[in-house]
Order: sequence, then C-alpha cells, then structure tokens
Amino acid sequence: MTATLARLHPRNLRPETRPILIAAGFILVILALGTAYTLRAQGTAPLLSPGYLLQQLQIGAFLGLVAAGMMMVILLGHIDLSVPWTLTAAAMMATTVGGPWAIPAGLAVGVAVGLFNGFGVAVLRIPSMIFTLGVDSVMRGLMVAHTGGFAPRTEATPLMRSLAAGKLLGIPTAIFVWAAVSLVVAVTLSRTGFGRSIYATGSREGAAYLSGIRTRLVITGAFVASGLCAAAAGCLLAGYSTRAYQGMGNAYLLPAIAAVVLGGTRILGGSGRYAGTVVGVILIVLLNSVLSIMQMPEAGRQIIYGVVIIGMLLVYGRNERVTS
Amino acid sequence: MTRLLAQNRAFAGACLLLALLWLTYNALHPRGFSAAVLVQNANESVAIGFVAMAQTVPVLMGGLDLSVGAVMTLTNCIASAVVSGSPAQIVLGMVLTLAAGTAFGLMNGLVVVYGRIQPIIATLATGAIAIGLALLIRPQPGGSIDDDLSWALTNQLVDFADTYGLAEGGKTWWFRPFAPLPVPLLLLVGTAFLAWIPFRRSITGRTVYAIGSAEGAAYMSGLPIARAKIAAFTLAGFFAACGGLYLAIQTSSGNADVTQAGAYTLNSIAAVVLGGTSLLGGIGGAIGSLVGALMLRVISFYFRILSVDPLLQPLIEGLVLLAAVSLGAVRTLRVRNRLELFR
Repeated sequence: MTATLARLHPRNLRPETRPILIAAGFILVILALGTAYTLRAQGTAPLLSPGYLLQQLQIGAFLGLVAAGMMMVILLGHIDLSVPWTLTAAAMMATTVGGPWAIPAGLAVGVAVGLFNGFGVAVLRIPSMIFTLGVDSVMRGLMVAHTGGFAPRTEATPLMRSLAAGKLLGIPTAIFVWAAVSLVVAVTLSRTGFGRSIYATGSREGAAYLSGIRTRLVITGAFVASGLCAAAAGCLLAGYSTRAYQGMGNAYLLPAIAAVVLGGTRILGGSGRYAGTVVGVILIVLLNSVLSIMQMPEAGRQIIYGVVIIGMLLVYGRNERVTS
Repeated sequence: MTRLLAQNRAFAGACLLLALLWLTYNALHPRGFSAAVLVQNANESVAIGFVAMAQTVPVLMGGLDLSVGAVMTLTNCIASAVVSGSPAQIVLGMVLTLAAGTAFGLMNGLVVVYGRIQPIIATLATGAIAIGLALLIRPQPGGSIDDDLSWALTNQLVDFADTYGLAEGGKTWWFRPFAPLPVPLLLLVGTAFLAWIPFRRSITGRTVYAIGSAEGAAYMSGLPIARAKIAAFTLAGFFAACGGLYLAIQTSSGNADVTQAGAYTLNSIAAVVLGGTSLLGGIGGAIGSLVGALMLRVISFYFRILSVDPLLQPLIEGLVLLAAVSLGAVRTLRVRNRLELFR
C-alpha cells in the first residue's frame, strides 16, 4: 500500500504521467459541476448514470479514433490537417461501394491518403502543416466532383450501422471498436520497434537517422496510421448517421489536436503516452456534453473551451524558457 | 541587383507568377484592364491579404497563429456594431476596432511568452475564445456600417474624393492621374508599407527573424526575445483587425461565421507559403505573403471567365495549391548530405 502511494507522489511520477492524472482529475471536476447543476435544476443526477456515461463514450469513439491516428503524427512533430476530408471521403466511398466491400473500400481511401501524405512529408520534405492542408483541399475537390456537392443518397451497410450504433452485451459496439484500436495503438507505441522509432524520430530526426532508423518509412507509416484511423472514424460515423454527408469531418480536426495535447503529448513531438490521449478525448466529449446540458449558448461554449485548454496547459504544458 | 534577386528567389518568383497570372486573366477577360474589374478584384482580395500578412509575423519567428481568422471575424463583428453615426463616432469606432484586434494579439503574445505554451496550440485555444466573443456580439449576422464610408473605401480614388469633397471632388489636375486607382488596393499596400517596413527594420523586427533562424543563438546574443515574440503576435492581431474592419466596411455587416474564420486561417497559411516565407521561420516577409494572397485570389477569379464545371473548381484549386507548395521540394533534390534535411 505504502509502495503504491509512494509511486503516486509527484516526485516519483514519469513526467508524461502528471498531465494524465491532472486531466483525469479535471474530468471528475466536470462531472461534479454538471451533477451539482442538474441536482439544482431538476433534482436528479443523470450524469452519474451508467447509460449516460456509456453514451458519452460512444460519441467519444469517433473523436477517439481520429485522435489516436493524430497522436502518431504529432509524436513525430508533424501534424495531419487532411483528417476532415479523409474521414468524409472514406465514409462516402464506403457507402458508395456498399455490400461486404464497403468498409475495406473506406479504409483503402485512408491508406491511400496516408501514403500520399507520407510521400510529401517524408520524401519531398514539404512541411506537413501545408502539405496535408493541400491534400485536404484536393480530397474535398474530389468529393465535390464525385457527389455533385450534395449528400450522397447511398446508405451505410448494416454492418457499419451495427458497428456504430448497435449494442453488444448492453454496451455500445462503437466502444469496442475504439477499445480495439486503442489497444493496437498503445501496444504499437510502447512495445514495438515501430513505436520506439516514432518516439526517436520525433525527438531528433537527424540522430534517429544516424542510428539506423529509416525515418522516411517511420514518417510514412505514421501518416498511414493517421489516414487509416480517420477512415475508420468515417465509416463508423456514416454508420451512426446511416449515411455520409458533406463536411462530416470538419468538427473533428481541432478537437482531436486539442485532445492529444491535453493528454500531455508534446506538440513538437518526441514524448507523450497513449493513455493521455484517451483521457483527453473523454475530457473534451464530457465538457461538450455538460455544457449542452447546462444549455450554454454556442458563444459561451467556445469561450469556455478555449479557456479550459489554456488553463490546463498553463498547469502542465509549459515549455522551457528558450526553445533551441 | 543580381545579388538582391538571388537572395529573394522565392519572392521574385512569386511576384513574376502573380504578374503572369494577372495579365493573362485580364487578357482573357472581356472587359480586362478596366478600372471596374480592378476595383472588384481588389475588393475581394483585401481581407485575405491582411490576414496573410497577419499570419506572416508569427510564422517568421517559427510559430504559427491559428487565431488570425477568428480575430478577423471578431473585429468584423465589433466594427459592424461601432462604425456608424457622426464622423467622430465613425473614426472612434474604427480606432476601437483596430485596438480590439491589437489587444487580442497582445493577449496571444502574453500567453505564448509568459504562459510558455506552444504558439500553435495557444492560438488554437484563443481562436475559440475570439469566435465565442464574436458570437456574443453578433449571434445573428447583421449590424450596419456608415454608407458613405462603405462606398468611399470600396471604389476608385475619385469616388473617395467625391464622397468627402476632397481635391474639388477629385477634379483637380494633379489628382487626375491617380483617380482610377482602387482605394482597397491602396489601403492594403499602404498598410503593408507603413506598418511592416518600419517594423522589419526595427530591432524588434530583426529579432523576430533571428528567433525564427535560431532561438537559442538569438537568446545568447542578448536580443529581446520576449519583446519580439509579444510584438509579433500583437502585429498579427493588428493586421487581422485591419482585415476584419475592411470586411465589415465591404459587406456593411458583421457575421460570426466559424467556417469562414477557419477557411481564412488555412488560406493565410497557404498564402504565406506561396509568398516565399519558410514555415520553419527566419526567411520571408509580409509583402511576399501579400503577393501570395493575391495569387490565391487571382486563381479563383479565373473560374469566372473560363467555363469550368463548378463541381471541378474546388478540385482544381486544391491541385494548384498542392502543386505550388510542392515547388519547395526542389530544395531536397539539391541537397548533397541528407542530414541537412533534418532541421
């Protein structure tokens, strides 16, 4: 017992763990404040019911998938701005193809975009910020040309629907999908050579290259992972809303980056734990949900959202005084 | 002269490309090279031009400002509420609008410097705050701007003189040569030269470049790092406010449009890169970004005169953007030692 407590003392924590604990603590604060509000307003505490929490996790699964892929890229010190239209394109392709090949078709879009991003960033060495931005607008152009600018009429397959909106043992299936992807990402990052190479390349690419890591492959691999995760989120989201629609991915880019950073991943790359990203996603989803329960207007929501990110980072996300 | 060109290869290339694009556009346009077309084009380029200049300053010091579009939207909403009434009220309203944007930029700078948060994520958060404030001021699009001001600033110089009775209504002999110049273009270029050139020549401005090249070295050389970073974000806020104010004057209304804010921010990054500024910092300038922004706009003008399927337009825009930024990859082909690539 004392040994466990001693390990939890701030001095003995790994630096990456502190943000996770603080973010988790903040989740409890959000839940407490929300419950206090509902107790005063309605006299009930729906926020603490398992049904509500499971529903939040189900909604969080979409953001969680996007954030998992985004984290791989951010760990390299890069960023993937092509997520919104990769997600949309995957969803549209999946519903267009339909049948048993719907989900493979959607995921293939993600892999293709990821390979192309990796080529631009790792081989051509164009800053990821601008290259992925260009890829995003090309994907948007392709989808507008494909659909004529309307929401496609085609519907999600039953499999996509049951994965996104169905239930297994009383628990939404989407949570199982998120958990499976999380397991793969977490194991990859902490237990495989590829994961170690990502951290090494993100810390200092030159050094990683000199130690024999094929950094171009590592970068391409991370972008493929990000594309794949965005595509999976797209297939799931299309299943959840029974069809794909224009701009369905726009609401996921900035929250995904925020979730990764709130979870303690350094935006310049090189350090961060996957558990943090999961906590970051839950924090953002719960914050949104509690604010909408409080019937906060959009203006107040945006302000609180910004203040929370800055406030949390002031607590644990501070840089050295001079970055060299 | 040759040396000057060699040192500014990207900028010179951007200028040349813009000139080429613009001349071809006018040659193809049925009413090309006329004042009316120029005024219309200039009007549509001002906001993105200002926002691109705003983005340049943080990018030069190796940062990024994801809040420029949001600050533009916020000042747009503020202007739609305060720029009307008596002449004194109008001037006060314009000053207030610019001051609000500048103050927001200053806040960005303080958060980045004293909060020691990465610029990209700090401005992501402050951008959300700016949008929230804009929605607070204008939950629905609306508001109004003084009609005379709106007319005078969005047309030719002669209309400006006519509206305010300057130079005998714009009919004096010395005024004639300047009469057809579009006011929006003059505002854009004027602000660029009056605000940017002095800043660039100051110690603070040079420090911004030094931070972008090597922050550690700049710190060790005793340059005012904190001051330069705060100044960079403040100037960005000022330029973004200019864009927001002009957008309000141009549209006579304020609109807290989240999508529009995001589009302006992303386009500003594209314009900065097209104008020859390095996203790694230290190389480039606001004038280049202005050229880059104009280039983006001219490309979209082409769709009006060429009969391109409207459904293909976003695709072509995207491909042009991707091709333009890929030109930067030429550098990688010239590098002898691959280690030079890892910066």
